[in-house]
Amino acid sequence: MASLVTARDLVKDFPLSGTIFDVFSPRSKRKSVHAVDGVSLAIEEGEVLGLAGESGSGKSTTGRLLLRLIEPTSGRIEYRGRDITSFGAREMEHLRAKAQIVFQDPNSSLSPRMSVGQAIAHPLAIHGIGTPAERKARVLDLMEKVGLSPAAFLYKKYPHQLSGGQSQRVVLARALVTEPDFLVADEPIAMADVSVRALILQLMRQLKQEMGLTYLFITHDLATAKYLCDRIAVMYLGRIVELATRDELFAHPHHPYTKALLAAVPVPDPTAHRDKHLPKGEIPSAINPPAGCHFHPRCPFAVERCKDARPPLREVSPGHFSACILD
Amino acid sequence: MAVSTKTILSVENLSIAYPISIGVVRAVEDVSFTLDDGEALGLVGESGCGKSTLGLSLLKLQRPPGRVTEGRIMYRGNDVLAMSDHDLLKMRGQNIAMIFQNPLTSLNPLFTVERHFLETIHFHNPSLPKHEALAGVEKILSELGIERKRMKEYPHQLSGGMRQRIMIGLALIMNPDILIADEPTTSLDVIVEAGFTELLLTLRRVYKLSIVLITHNLGLVAEIADRIAVMYAGKIMEIATAEQIFAQPLHPYTQGLISCVPNIQLDQKELVTMPGSPPDLVAPPKGCRFAPRCPKVMPICREKTPTLMEHAPAHTAACWLYQKKEG
Repeated sequence: MASLVTARDLVKDFPLSGTIFDVFSPRSKRKSVHAVDGVSLAIEEGEVLGLAGESGSGKSTTGRLLLRLIEPTSGRIEYRGRDITSFGAREMEHLRAKAQIVFQDPNSSLSPRMSVGQAIAHPLAIHGIGTPAERKARVLDLMEKVGLSPAAFLYKKYPHQLSGGQSQRVVLARALVTEPDFLVADEPIAMADVSVRALILQLMRQLKQEMGLTYLFITHDLATAKYLCDRIAVMYLGRIVELATRDELFAHPHHPYTKALLAAVPVPDPTAHRDKHLPKGEIPSAINPPAGCHFHPRCPFAVERCKDARPPLREVSPGHFSACILD
Repeated sequence: MAVSTKTILSVENLSIAYPISIGVVRAVEDVSFTLDDGEALGLVGESGCGKSTLGLSLLKLQRPPGRVTEGRIMYRGNDVLAMSDHDLLKMRGQNIAMIFQNPLTSLNPLFTVERHFLETIHFHNPSLPKHEALAGVEKILSELGIERKRMKEYPHQLSGGMRQRIMIGLALIMNPDILIADEPTTSLDVIVEAGFTELLLTLRRVYKLSIVLITHNLGLVAEIADRIAVMYAGKIMEIATAEQIFAQPLHPYTQGLISCVPNIQLDQKELVTMPGSPPDLVAPPKGCRFAPRCPKVMPICREKTPTLMEHAPAHTAACWLYQKKEG
């Protein structure tokens, strides 16, 4: 399998807007949020790579960087082996049709003044694909495929007339109408109701097979990641701390942060006994992250050496990477 | 059902309606349940099924134009709905306290942590000297695992988990019997959520609390609740012990709800999905409200409403599958 999307040493700093006096201080001394701090990963064609972590871990920023929706501070992003950070406007436009994103809240992703049909057909119009009649036929066909049925009836509806589950299907259809290869799904079910979640997950799995898609699935919920993903990368404060296949990660988690995340997931079974070794405190600020391993102040196994240097992401068993000096 | 002597709160045939321009939303209809002293009752269901309306009504806080059209709420022999405003103010906080989903909107941004506590204490006990009040605050903060120096800080200086711990501290400072927790962990990250769950279980023992936990999170309810009431479209569909609900759910809605949630301890190839969405509560379907989505629907389900009946010891369900047809 060839990798479809590759990130090499991606860094994204968001400068903080300080006071007017900051103009006089040297650029290097100004504060910034280190949202993504040297992320490297390769997404294979046809796989679902999960990106898991708590809020503030930089997973959404990573997703946006991979599509160049925001510009990286440094690092390379390759799509089918070509570096897209050097792409011009024309090339980026072509890429946009092939690499799409779905966000958490469908209602804020849809224009209240565009009907379902207009919204889904919009990317086709932007990319100049097909005649109006062909576009409509393609939209209706896709609507049936994502479960917006009867399509002819829902085609003329507006977002406020849809249920939460239907809105998320419209957003999915709009992202898929240009027949992309790669889809970033940024917490697509976090706002949905329990019964809707299962339906959207099942739909995403089915669409992936039918349309030959590759997903980056961003989630804070490891139980969902376990259901959908082939491989999972765990992020903490802008860095990937562990990366492994789904089965390997759940069977043999290495990094203490991954273990903590797994222990924290509530299990819908009152007879389950879980042994909780919860880390202390909460995720610190990405403005002044802790030195060395970012996780050491909360880590139950931390030793003196953890403060010294950033632990590299090392292969602990074939295809299983972990960034902990204790491995 | 005989009211046992241990019963601290009982809700009898409660109906709550919201008159709006296009009709009457029957948010809660004919709901009955009891809460025993020291018990934790989970109230689960999808959004819009009336759980929050029901929770607020236990303190007579349902939002206008909502009003109770029928039924009683008895707290230790007193009818909550018949209480004077003065008595209600005394009861709220001192006997029954409530915490909500988003702690930031429940805390006053202009008040320090200390002032929040002192205001609450002063309201219920104006003659208590300030140093005694402060001693009480310090005691509770130490139980919550919050450092003393935080007393002088404002809500924006605290993390999300700390804010929610302050909220529960404010709820418990007057030593109430009952805590109503409405989606208390929804805004928290998974590790913080797990910590909060442990704290809630500890406080429950220390304060001998009875808890009504309102949530759509089946994992959370499995960890906290002794008994679970499953709500759908304003009605209770099933009540049983937590073990029974998860091991032998009777109602098809409960069965669907449990099997559509990804479980991290299982290796699920497929999730069971529940197509459709909850009905419009202005014109709910005739008969059982779940009938239009029910995989086991029978003709009688669309005609007559099933009543909650005991089908196993302490296990009640409202479903025609288990009732004699002439019932």
